[in-house]
Amino acid sequence: MNGATTTVPDVIRGEASSLVEKPLSRVPLVLNKRNFSWITERITGVIEGPAPRWWWVSFAVSSMVAAFGLFCLSYQISTGVGTWGLNHPVGWAWDITNFVFWIGIGHAGTLISAILFLLRQKWRTSINRAAEAMTLFAVICAAIFPGVHVGRVWMAWFMAPLPNNYGIWPNFRSPLLWDVFAVSTYFSVSVLFWYTGLIPDLATLRDRATSKIKKLLYGIFAVGWRGSNRNWRHYEMAYLLLAGLSTPLVLSVHSVVSFDFATSVIPTWHSTIFPPYFVAGAIFGGFAMVLTLLIPARAIYKLHDVITPQHVDKMAKIILLTGSIVSYAYAMEFFVAWYSGNQYEKYAFYNRILGTYWWYWWVGMLFCNFLAPQLFWFKRFRFNVYVVYFVCMCVNAGMWFERFIIIVGGLHRDFLPSSWGMFHPTWVDIWTFVGTFGIFLSLFLLFIRFLPMIAMSEVKIVLPEADPHHASPGEHHVVAAGGKERP
Amino acid sequence: MRTPSGNRVYGIGAEYPSAASLYEAAKRVRDAGFKRWDVHSPFPIHGMDDAMGLGKSWLSAAVLIGGCTGLLTAALLTFGPSWFIYPLVVHGKPIDWKTVPAFFPIMFELTVLFSAFTAFFAMLIMNGLPRWYHPIFNWDRFSRATNDGFFLVIEARDPRFTEGEAQQLLEQSGGRHITVVHED
Repeated sequence: MNGATTTVPDVIRGEASSLVEKPLSRVPLVLNKRNFSWITERITGVIEGPAPRWWWVSFAVSSMVAAFGLFCLSYQISTGVGTWGLNHPVGWAWDITNFVFWIGIGHAGTLISAILFLLRQKWRTSINRAAEAMTLFAVICAAIFPGVHVGRVWMAWFMAPLPNNYGIWPNFRSPLLWDVFAVSTYFSVSVLFWYTGLIPDLATLRDRATSKIKKLLYGIFAVGWRGSNRNWRHYEMAYLLLAGLSTPLVLSVHSVVSFDFATSVIPTWHSTIFPPYFVAGAIFGGFAMVLTLLIPARAIYKLHDVITPQHVDKMAKIILLTGSIVSYAYAMEFFVAWYSGNQYEKYAFYNRILGTYWWYWWVGMLFCNFLAPQLFWFKRFRFNVYVVYFVCMCVNAGMWFERFIIIVGGLHRDFLPSSWGMFHPTWVDIWTFVGTFGIFLSLFLLFIRFLPMIAMSEVKIVLPEADPHHASPGEHHVVAAGGKERP
Repeated sequence: MRTPSGNRVYGIGAEYPSAASLYEAAKRVRDAGFKRWDVHSPFPIHGMDDAMGLGKSWLSAAVLIGGCTGLLTAALLTFGPSWFIYPLVVHGKPIDWKTVPAFFPIMFELTVLFSAFTAFFAMLIMNGLPRWYHPIFNWDRFSRATNDGFFLVIEARDPRFTEGEAQQLLEQSGGRHITVVHED
């Protein structure tokens, strides 16, 4: 079936590949010609070594913040949503802002793991594991808010597709119900995709484990993986299909979130531009969060050979691209408000830039989301981690402000001037939000402590010697002492 | 088949120094007509399925069935209550074919959900996983298969298997550390 390839002598193949490689030479994805074993050692070394002091300090702080956030949640649940600053007309404020903020952050992980996989972007292999973990933890943080904002949490099962005690089913035509399906599907599929990717790396940890408990736990989760090609065949197909399924899924989730707003009649919400605008914004904010987590992780664990300047550069370009789409959407909203001639729409956008929440727009949307990423037009700035980090921090903040402006900015000037109001967060609002950062960081710290934060088996594929047609110069081999070898 | 010490033989294995040499060896073992054998590598090697004479994985067929089940489930879940069990009139909107697009998001989500679960569990089932014991783990060099080792193992239950022929083939194809792997 492929006898032709076997007859090609090695010499000719070697020449041909050197001829082809020269004009197309690229910056390697793993620097300093690291080999397979180096990748295994370096990445498992993060887990196998003792936990560094900074890890304990960060984990202590973040878990305390998380615990206080959980206290705020239980206080809110036991006392009522009145502990938040919600009022009339602002019935959605920080809760839904935080929900949209966190769920949006998740999107970068799925984009990296699914869309970049389908587009054969090999550089994704260094960052996909951590980005997918970030997705899961962000969705966990997001899922808290719609659950508790209903007020009577014990009635949250009304969101499930079940009939209530009068035999009435939920309205399947409601975007709020679509949201339940979209977010729960997104979380489930992300977990499956992440775990599927983890199986070969868990097997590596199992084979290296020294203590019995580690061998048992990694062994259980590695499901007996032994790197067999008969297994890789189905595994690769499953991975490809999960990527193919996640690609429309990631585009659908934030589209459905945007329907919560777009199908209403509130000026600034009632907009057909919302689905692509929200998806682009989600990827924009998500990539900023990926860099926020990976730049320090790379510096602390000295992973510069795997997460290279090239990776940061490419992520910065994606931030610039999606930021431009978002900025275009901002501009288009103003244009449509003016062009529609609708007085409510026009007033809402006048209010956005000159109303009581004016500085949210000037700082959050204009400076953080539009102006700051413009630095990424310049290569010098994309290769400067401090500038990259600054821009990412701006985007992280800006995307929260954007959601606040959309939600509260839309609600606080109602159709009736008599019901106009303002929103003032209470300490419970603030600390619940801060608490979700504690939950997010605690989970991420646990992740880098116990699981490989870089997909070893995938990074190994991008090394030149992983290519079956790679001619290796002088194959060295070390004979281990002992063993059951034949004489 | 048993070794002189009385252990049952699982197969005979060899280690190869690189992905390229494993790839070439796999082609030779395939052409020699062996059926029950496998290669083990820390990552999937591009083109190895052809080198081993394996076709395309039919996992996609299982996922198609899973996806169709999801779509059907969503159709039942949306049309059943909304049209038959308790038609709900919201905002005075009609209940007819024109409102069907409002069910599309749920149909899409459940199609994806069921497909993804099918892909995951079908992958495990087709690979015979989870399986926490395997004779290959008796080979002490084998722990490198998840690090940087490339292994080829011909099983003793292959109808063509004879220890001498298998060992010769592995030696000729550049295999090192040729080892008889015990069943227990």
